[in-house]
Amino acid sequence: MGMRVVLEHLTKVFPNRNRKIHSDVIAVNDFSFEIPDGQLVGLLGPSGCGKSTTLNLICGLETPTSGKIIFGDDDVTRLPPENRGVGFVFQNYALYPHLTVLENILFPLQNLKGSAKLSKEEMLRRARDAARLVQIDTLLDRKPSEMSGGQQQRVAIARALVKMPRVLLLDEPLSNLDARLRLQTREEIRRIQQETKITTIFVTHDQEEAMSISDMIVVMKDGVVQQIGRPQDVYDSPINLFVAKFLGTPPINVFEGRVKNGRLFAGENDILPAKGVSDREVYVGIRPEGFILDENGPLACGLTRVEVMGRDTSVVSTHPAAQSVSIRSIISAENRVDTDSKTVRFSVKPAKVFIFDRETEERIRFSAD
Amino acid sequence: MKNNNLKGWLYLLPAILFLGCFMVYPLIDVLVYSFEEGYNFASQTSFGLGLYNYAYVLHDGYFLQAVKNTFILVIITVPLSTGVALLISLGLNAIKPLRNLYQTIYFLPYVTNTLAVGLVFMILFKKTAYTDGMVNLLIHFFGGESVDFIDGPYWAKMFVMCFYTVWVVMPFKVLILTSALASVNPDYYRAARVDATPKRRIFTRITLPMISPMVFYLIITGFIGAFKAYSDEVALFGTDLNAAGMNTIVGYVYDMLYGDSGGYPSYASAAALILFVIVLTITCVNLLVSKKHVHY
Repeated sequence: MGMRVVLEHLTKVFPNRNRKIHSDVIAVNDFSFEIPDGQLVGLLGPSGCGKSTTLNLICGLETPTSGKIIFGDDDVTRLPPENRGVGFVFQNYALYPHLTVLENILFPLQNLKGSAKLSKEEMLRRARDAARLVQIDTLLDRKPSEMSGGQQQRVAIARALVKMPRVLLLDEPLSNLDARLRLQTREEIRRIQQETKITTIFVTHDQEEAMSISDMIVVMKDGVVQQIGRPQDVYDSPINLFVAKFLGTPPINVFEGRVKNGRLFAGENDILPAKGVSDREVYVGIRPEGFILDENGPLACGLTRVEVMGRDTSVVSTHPAAQSVSIRSIISAENRVDTDSKTVRFSVKPAKVFIFDRETEERIRFSAD
Repeated sequence: MKNNNLKGWLYLLPAILFLGCFMVYPLIDVLVYSFEEGYNFASQTSFGLGLYNYAYVLHDGYFLQAVKNTFILVIITVPLSTGVALLISLGLNAIKPLRNLYQTIYFLPYVTNTLAVGLVFMILFKKTAYTDGMVNLLIHFFGGESVDFIDGPYWAKMFVMCFYTVWVVMPFKVLILTSALASVNPDYYRAARVDATPKRRIFTRITLPMISPMVFYLIITGFIGAFKAYSDEVALFGTDLNAAGMNTIVGYVYDMLYGDSGGYPSYASAAALILFVIVLTITCVNLLVSKKHVHY
């Protein structure tokens, strides 16, 4: 059973301990968001953006400086974590190393008091159910140190789920796993979430991770929410340069450019018509998949190398107006690039081209028709 | 291969030489002394080998008194000092302001000379022509009879001795336990909080197992240290511990070698070996018990 989670103007200010800087640290700034019942939400941002603090606020391990947290219809802002009905999976799992897997999973149940108290058999049954859900029911007698990182992660999830929380919170759930396990475990998290229908919020700095399994993602920067939406929507329509840069692998290619007389220029290359935008200096962002190999294309680049990846081909090139040293474009493998040539020319797909104000870095909408 | 072996031994030679000279040889020597009957230090001769030295020591009233004192000291001070040190460390860990100051204060006795601490205890407990001592003044204040803690009844002297020992060994234990407590990952406590774990259960099921290797280390070294107690007793009761009835096993060994009644290396060796066997047994028992309760 899931639960709607509402955050209203949530703000967390940490008092400053550094005498050299005289301002306090605003970890989370005016965060408002309603998470619908039973959804998987990814909090995404670079390190230090306040995403973990947000998670701790929802959990109750931190109390907000101002703002409200509402679970369902209950205001839980001032409730301690134990009374909120949340399950928390720590980044390092925080499994008790001296207890077996079964004892770890039983631990939260043994804390129940009064009317919530369970019989021994009931506790065991629920622990086994939770273990079966995360597929570690054959490892119940092991100690955490005798398990792999992925298995420990599952135990941590089972321990968080066993008391049937209203909300499941995961702090960087995949960061301690190697690449292969990461892929596997994120599918696992998705599956468990869909089976249990528990409203789940997880924190990550890895956009791929967030995009791949979330129903919704929240992109944060410096404590401020940048954009909230379905992963594909946020990717297809980033609200500013930061979000555009943060989402997508390989990352978006950014050029210095300008709009002049209804035309969009990347450097000196006139790449697209840009209607509805007054003349100004802009940043031009082009997704790697937005390039089309075209002998007569407007975007002229110096060819560095071609990386064949089977399914598609990655062309690494340079452009004088590009912000990064190299620009990377992905084209389908049917196109053959003349690797002996010093230059390569592209035309671009209008839907994959975004322009941003040079000053504010906010997205400017334009029409290419 | 053979060449390599030789090289290996060559590299080990300095260590083997030193350890052999200063550790192994004396150990064997003590063992030999303890079986040599009527050994004469001056002429380096003996009547023969036998168990007489052990029989003598085990029937010596002073030795039995020393064993009794040592055991009382060990049984009282080791659990008491470890327990109190744990409480102090928990307290230190729980406070934020002035923690460093308190840590320093608790650690001060460790860097203070034993004899200086003994002097302070004299002021606290000793009766002189001028004063009954601080503690007696306190007892008077609450309407009690004054007690001679240094030259008085056995229990009073034993009390001072235990009190003193606990006081002296405490700082080190506090130091070790505070750092052990501080090294427990705070995420465990956060996880426990999210799971609504009662305070007492957090302590018994999380904190204690997490620091159990350190507690165990303190208990083992505490036992060994208390069995070897000697200098503290001298600081309190003077060098004639037999007369004061406060001798310890190590004190007995020393007296047998160099004391006023000394000059008997064979008896001393026998007593030392008996002590060795006792410590070995206790440590083995400790190790066995710890297997179940210590989590590395």
